[in-house]
Amino acid sequence: MKLSLRELVVDFRTPDQGRLPALGPISLEVLPGEFVCIVGPSGCGKSTLIRTLGGLQPATSGSVAGDDLPITRPLSTLAIMFQDANLMPWRTVIDNIALPLELAGVDKARRHEAVYELLPQLHLQDFALSYPAELSGGMAQRVALGRVIVQRPRALLLDEPFGALDAMTREKISLELLDLWRKGRQTVVMVTHDINEAVLLADRVVVMSSRPGKLVADITIDLERPRAINMIYRETFLRLAREARAAIDPPDS
Amino acid sequence: MAEVGETKDPKPRSRTIPISLVQLRRLSPLFSVIALLLLWQLITSAEIYPAFIVPPPAAVGEAFREALQSGLLVKHLGVTLEEMFLGLILGLGIGLSIGYAIAKLPILEYTLSPVIVAFQSTPIVAYAPLLVIWFGSGPTSKIVTTAVIVFFPSLVNTIVAVRAVSPNLRDLMNSLNATPWQTFRQLELPSALPVVLAGLKTSATLAVIGAVVGEFVTQGSGLGFLVTSARNQYDTPLVIVTVLTMTAIALSLYSFVVLLEWRWLAWRRRSKP
Repeated sequence: MKLSLRELVVDFRTPDQGRLPALGPISLEVLPGEFVCIVGPSGCGKSTLIRTLGGLQPATSGSVAGDDLPITRPLSTLAIMFQDANLMPWRTVIDNIALPLELAGVDKARRHEAVYELLPQLHLQDFALSYPAELSGGMAQRVALGRVIVQRPRALLLDEPFGALDAMTREKISLELLDLWRKGRQTVVMVTHDINEAVLLADRVVVMSSRPGKLVADITIDLERPRAINMIYRETFLRLAREARAAIDPPDS
Repeated sequence: MAEVGETKDPKPRSRTIPISLVQLRRLSPLFSVIALLLLWQLITSAEIYPAFIVPPPAAVGEAFREALQSGLLVKHLGVTLEEMFLGLILGLGIGLSIGYAIAKLPILEYTLSPVIVAFQSTPIVAYAPLLVIWFGSGPTSKIVTTAVIVFFPSLVNTIVAVRAVSPNLRDLMNSLNATPWQTFRQLELPSALPVVLAGLKTSATLAVIGAVVGEFVTQGSGLGFLVTSARNQYDTPLVIVTVLTMTAIALSLYSFVVLLEWRWLAWRRRSKP
């Protein structure tokens, strides 16, 4: 799915009826199957961008489109993953992953078939009937990832999906995400505050300025795929990471 | 009594302990009951008060047997149970639905809160006579009294529970295009259930009070009436039997809700190994 933002502006209403500019104007095009990471200082409207693409936040002006059709409400072909695992504590792992299918009216047998097929890729096969309280942070995020993948979306919107995890788990699970993406070739827009993670995963790293978020750099990552963790020591990698870092904190400011 | 001996001897010489510490803890609520019974027996044996004021446990046991055999207790118990259950269902139904509506539409809270708070802060015994004037001395006035007393805690708990539903999970449901019914059934209901059930424990025990207060006012039948008529006849053992029956109803209802929690909230007992 191709995702396009044209002159998108999002303002928030303040309690005294004023307007707080959160985002834009920003224009961006993400090609089908492309993996784009968005980085920027906190409060720059990255999450607002994801929510607008996901149809959860209306645009104040400008447009958002998926395959040239305007996005005004959540689409079933476009799945969102939030920073918290955001699982339902009363549902088991399989029932949490199956939630989107259940809401879409898929019968129980077919739901379970689809979920059990996914569990090994997520390394969750031994936790099918566990409850979220019994899972580690990394496992909970894998369940959340499963809940996104099971919808067979054509685009993934990931809002700092691994932000709450420790560095080791984070590295591991990001590479697993790349694996899943290589098989499914969905369009991915991922927000992260970690520049190294962005460079390691993405085809393009988009840098945003502080509020209201505007696009300040669009860096093409010309590292070959599949990506591996030891690439972070390469000259090219370091140059790209420095370039992104410089765009976030301009040296002359 | 064997259990009491067990606590006094933490290191028994024999290797076979009749009951484990876990079992002992489970049985511990019984100890306070046994202690109370012993105290009661002691007071009556010492004849501090005449028997018609504090009758011995045996006399109460005898009164219980008589009331059971004559059908007196069952008859009045049936009346109270019926009023209580219908009142509980009515009060819960109204409390849960208005509570849900208020949680979803905050403007309703501003509109309704003066009436609701005024209602709640007036003692139930004060307006029970009024309810009798309006609804007659039949079962209806007692059902309404019960419903009124049950209403407030179920209302407040529902508001708190529904407002506490995670906004992130609401976002998730929206992003999955869930219908309002699906959001209610798959998110709001299971998420609110722990708090609503905790409130139900309060409501269920209050329901007994509601029905009995109603019966005090009207006179005619029910456990509230039985207490008053037994007292008028200086039948203290029967008064105690009736009061204990009310306690038993409240305890059974409370235990029933605990059972529901055990079944419906099994997930809350799970945690990291």
